[in-house]
Amino acid sequence: MYETHYHRASSVDDAAAQFAKGAEAKYLSGGQTLLPVMKQRLAAPSDVIDLAKIPALIGIEVGGDNVTIKAATPHYDVSTNAALQKAIPALAALAGMIGDPAVRYRGTIGGSLANNDPAADYPAAVLALDATVKTNKRSISATDFFKGLFSTALEDGEIITAVTFPIPARAGYAKFRHPASRFALTGVFVAQTKSGEVRVAATGASASGVMRVPAIEQALKANWSASALDSVSVSADGLMADLHGAADYRANLIKVMAQRAVKDAA
Amino acid sequence: MGVEGIGASVLRKEDRRFTTGKGRYVDDIKLQGMTHAHFVRSPHGHAKVKGIDSSAALKMPGVVAVLTGQQIVDDKVGNLICGWAVHSKDGTPMKMGAWPAMAPEVVRFVGQAVAVVIAETKNQARDAAEAVEVTYEELPAVTNVKASIATGAPQLHPEAPNNIVYDWALGDEAATNDAFSKAANVVKMDLVNNRLAPNAMEPRAAIAQYDEAEEHFTLYTTSQNPHVARLVLSAFYNIAPENKLRVIAPDVGGGFGSKIFIYPEEMVALWASKKVNRPVKWTGDRTEAFLTDAHGRDHVSHAEMAFDKDNKILGLRVKTHANFGAYMSLFSSSVPTYLYATLLSGQYNIPAIYAEVMGVYTNTSPVDAYRGAGRPEASYLVERMMETAARQLKVDPAELRSKNFIRQFPHQTPVIMAYDIGDFQASLDAAMKSIDYAGFPARKAKAKSEGKLRGIGLSCYIEACGIAPSKAVGSLGAGVGLWESAEIRVNPVGTIEVLTGSHSHGQGHETTFCQLVAERLGVPVSQVSILHGDTDKVQFGMGTYGSRSLAVGGSAIVKALEKVEAKAKKIAAHQLEASESDIVIENGEFKVTGTDKSIALPMVALAAYTAHNLPDGMEPGLKESAFYDPSNFTFPAGTYICEIEVDPGTGKTEFVNFVAADDFGRLINPMIVEGQVHGGLTQGIGQALLEGAVYDSNGQLITASFMDYAMPRADDVPSYKLQHTTTLCPGNPLGVKGCGEAGAIGASAAVINAITDAIGNNHLDMPATPDKVWHAIRAGA
Amino acid sequence: MTAISLTVNGKVVSGNVEDRTLLVQFLRDHLNLTGTHVGCDTSQCGACVVHVDGRAVKSCTTLVGQVDGASVTTIEGLSHGDELHPMQAAFRDNHGLQCGYCTPGMIMSAVDIVQRHGGKLDEATVRHELEGNICRCTGYHNIVKSVLDAAGRMSTAQAAE
Repeated sequence: MYETHYHRASSVDDAAAQFAKGAEAKYLSGGQTLLPVMKQRLAAPSDVIDLAKIPALIGIEVGGDNVTIKAATPHYDVSTNAALQKAIPALAALAGMIGDPAVRYRGTIGGSLANNDPAADYPAAVLALDATVKTNKRSISATDFFKGLFSTALEDGEIITAVTFPIPARAGYAKFRHPASRFALTGVFVAQTKSGEVRVAATGASASGVMRVPAIEQALKANWSASALDSVSVSADGLMADLHGAADYRANLIKVMAQRAVKDAA
Repeated sequence: MGVEGIGASVLRKEDRRFTTGKGRYVDDIKLQGMTHAHFVRSPHGHAKVKGIDSSAALKMPGVVAVLTGQQIVDDKVGNLICGWAVHSKDGTPMKMGAWPAMAPEVVRFVGQAVAVVIAETKNQARDAAEAVEVTYEELPAVTNVKASIATGAPQLHPEAPNNIVYDWALGDEAATNDAFSKAANVVKMDLVNNRLAPNAMEPRAAIAQYDEAEEHFTLYTTSQNPHVARLVLSAFYNIAPENKLRVIAPDVGGGFGSKIFIYPEEMVALWASKKVNRPVKWTGDRTEAFLTDAHGRDHVSHAEMAFDKDNKILGLRVKTHANFGAYMSLFSSSVPTYLYATLLSGQYNIPAIYAEVMGVYTNTSPVDAYRGAGRPEASYLVERMMETAARQLKVDPAELRSKNFIRQFPHQTPVIMAYDIGDFQASLDAAMKSIDYAGFPARKAKAKSEGKLRGIGLSCYIEACGIAPSKAVGSLGAGVGLWESAEIRVNPVGTIEVLTGSHSHGQGHETTFCQLVAERLGVPVSQVSILHGDTDKVQFGMGTYGSRSLAVGGSAIVKALEKVEAKAKKIAAHQLEASESDIVIENGEFKVTGTDKSIALPMVALAAYTAHNLPDGMEPGLKESAFYDPSNFTFPAGTYICEIEVDPGTGKTEFVNFVAADDFGRLINPMIVEGQVHGGLTQGIGQALLEGAVYDSNGQLITASFMDYAMPRADDVPSYKLQHTTTLCPGNPLGVKGCGEAGAIGASAAVINAITDAIGNNHLDMPATPDKVWHAIRAGA
Repeated sequence: MTAISLTVNGKVVSGNVEDRTLLVQFLRDHLNLTGTHVGCDTSQCGACVVHVDGRAVKSCTTLVGQVDGASVTTIEGLSHGDELHPMQAAFRDNHGLQCGYCTPGMIMSAVDIVQRHGGKLDEATVRHELEGNICRCTGYHNIVKSVLDAAGRMSTAQAAE
């Protein structure tokens, strides 16, 4: 790791002010992605501004129609929150599948979304549930937020403060783990809103990050069942291909994981 | 046996320190005035080094020195050696390119060091290493064996035309051709044995200290064989004579072969410690481990097996291309030859075998011994051939094996080895019973009804361990003898120290070797200490590899114990005024048989050291040493059977059951033996399902971290069911065979045989990743 | 440089460190607590796991600044005097370690697993929960056995308290 300056922010405003002072500042939340990247010397921020101890950024609020997860809430706390487990069980389960137990204690939803790793889990839930990403400046819809590989709508210095998820009628998430990294080789989140809309998002599969899967959405809208997808074919165009999964294999996984997510949906 | 003697599962003495964080590994050691080294490594697979500009780095904070490959050549530090001379079919010696510890002119693999920065802190050294400006002229690279020997391929070393190190053969070609001409059936297949990264959890590390007053070096290093390290450093690398170099290998966090070899980093640390006249520490990180630890396996083979009309094997023909990487590592030449082709007879009576092995340079990390070393490659080939043959001949795979088992011992194979003893049917029967082989068809049918593909696979492995009879390996080209030494020091108060050349880095020697003493002298293991890993304490030793520690190192201890016992009995007889032949040892007491007269070992020891009342002419003291040179290899063998289910939707393999029945001869500590088997099986499964070190065509290692190289994790593997069958090894006093490598040798074929059985497509190479299996299911449909 | 102060194994320690100092470096290089190991560069192997405010985290993926003011327990602080923690004893009794390098992280993770699951642990859960800890020696068989054994011992000990 290159030398840097560490600051612990006391509030969101303090964090934004510290950020503005740094030449090449970066926000640090759980650090479970940023710190490994810095250790590999692939990032060299002049300053890291720690958001994880800001009280306003921690907590989960479950209402009648929405769930709000504040940005610096660790995955472990999301996965074990009893009210959330009841409201959107698939989201709690997804949080419990990220990384490993030690990573889940520190990694946060805000950090995950700001980084937008193409194989991260949270983006699938945010996109499929049509969540709203709240920042210190504005609210951004899920569709507008993700801009491709490691790229988001966030402006320089903008801080995610919370994510609000509409509570769906039912939702499910199934993940096929990359044999080495344990990220999603492909993960699929399926959701049916209370008004009957179906949204399906896949992570880990596309070279441009999290994506909707219209073919599966149409089939599930007509018939919400795993067998409804038997005849659906997912195109391999634009999907990633690497040592652990060819594009046609990932296309297959999108369908198979969608079927399993539907089976598990609640 | 006593409660702590042979056959007892004594809890490990080393575990208190390891479970409380008190282990002492090289990176835990700090010396006064210590500096830190960071290597500047090639980012290219093949390039000329046109120039190195250190001026900016030298101005960085804390930098003590920047040293380059040219300086190490100028200082006449020797090139790295390969210690086993193998000759090609035509009688010419193998063709080796020079391997300097840091490259002055040409780099031949990504990660090869060209310079080193020495600085006050580790961070400063790494910061400055980035400021060293190296100008490279890129050259075309080649990473695949077949591509490397093709016409027009980039040439790595002028000494080795067409990148061929040797073109070697073993066996009788004419007799094998003759066998094939009489065959009723011939089974043919192509096999790939995937390249592996050893990945001991402790990365390699070294601390070198130079004492100017004594002109003496001390090297702390992560070594499986510190004496071999000292020998090589002294004899070939011109670092220091043996009496001026102490090598210490303290607690070492796993080796699996990768810590046998002498690497450039410890050579450079020693050389640099004198140049800067301060201790120099280098601790590798995981990326460096992936790039520079010697890799394992990497064979491409074609095999043909001839059967008569009764399904008896007539002959085996094998042609293998072995990838050596960019340089010949210390024992690399022996791995795909004398440790591989000599095991191609497997457990079977094969009248004629002919194996050809071509060793090839490529722009990849050097390849050398990794757990099993040559024998896993042989076992995988033979056992996939047997399974494939059974399917082709439409006979039960267990029956085909059984029909061809060797049943008379000793048995001379056509490929050098003389198997001393075994009972292959016993381990096959034990494994089949344990897994309920007969009930498998019903289980497969039931799984099918649930949409799962279930398969069963066998592997009947044999290996040659207890490496090795010095005269035999000498005649085959080894540069060293492979005996072991031991010294027993009975102290004046009766505590005992055992000095051994066998280093322990997870094998539990500190416990097992104590049990040998407890068995022989009747003392509790708590009174016995094992000293190893320090060339100043232990006079000499050949180290730990090839499942040799007990069969060879343990036998040396037994030999020394015999001498101690003989002298102690003489002293006891003298003290008790009895005849020496009437003295027996019971519970640490020397007794006169048939009487109540006895003297405890501490009193015998005290008598030996006070020397007030010893038999006439006896030297004082109670300390004996022995060198043990085995008369033959040992031949652990067994049967592994695994039952798996493949998820047709994802291609993912799940274990239903994994059974291992091994014959290791006598077990000294069954708990430790079983632990060795568990670990070996998991590495074998890792090779079969998960692991593969993959280079792109430019020589970049695609799998240079745990993010891309899939290590077996707890949820990838099952709990294992172990069985032991026993034939005592006649070749050593303990009747032991060795257990360290068996799992890694036998497991991978069982797994692939099970998957190919499940999916009905035999065209599947390791690692059988879900992606690959899913494609194989589709291709086979 | 940053001044930091935290509690390690029950003792308050402070130091003035480079901001880039990782918790594992602080423990090993500044406090000589070398039981916490480094086995990889990508936060995968878990050899570095320690407890921060009662939660098992990877000390190689934590800046020491992030734990300023926190309470850290390392493998050296797990046992009380000469008596091994039930998890340490279970690893010894079940041969749950060989070379010992992954062991401290493995034990710290395992204690956390048992604390979260209590007596409800089964083999599949243990294997899944050990996802972030890599061992190259044992094949996990005896590690799983050790954790299940310790889970029994720890719940018995808790019940006795």
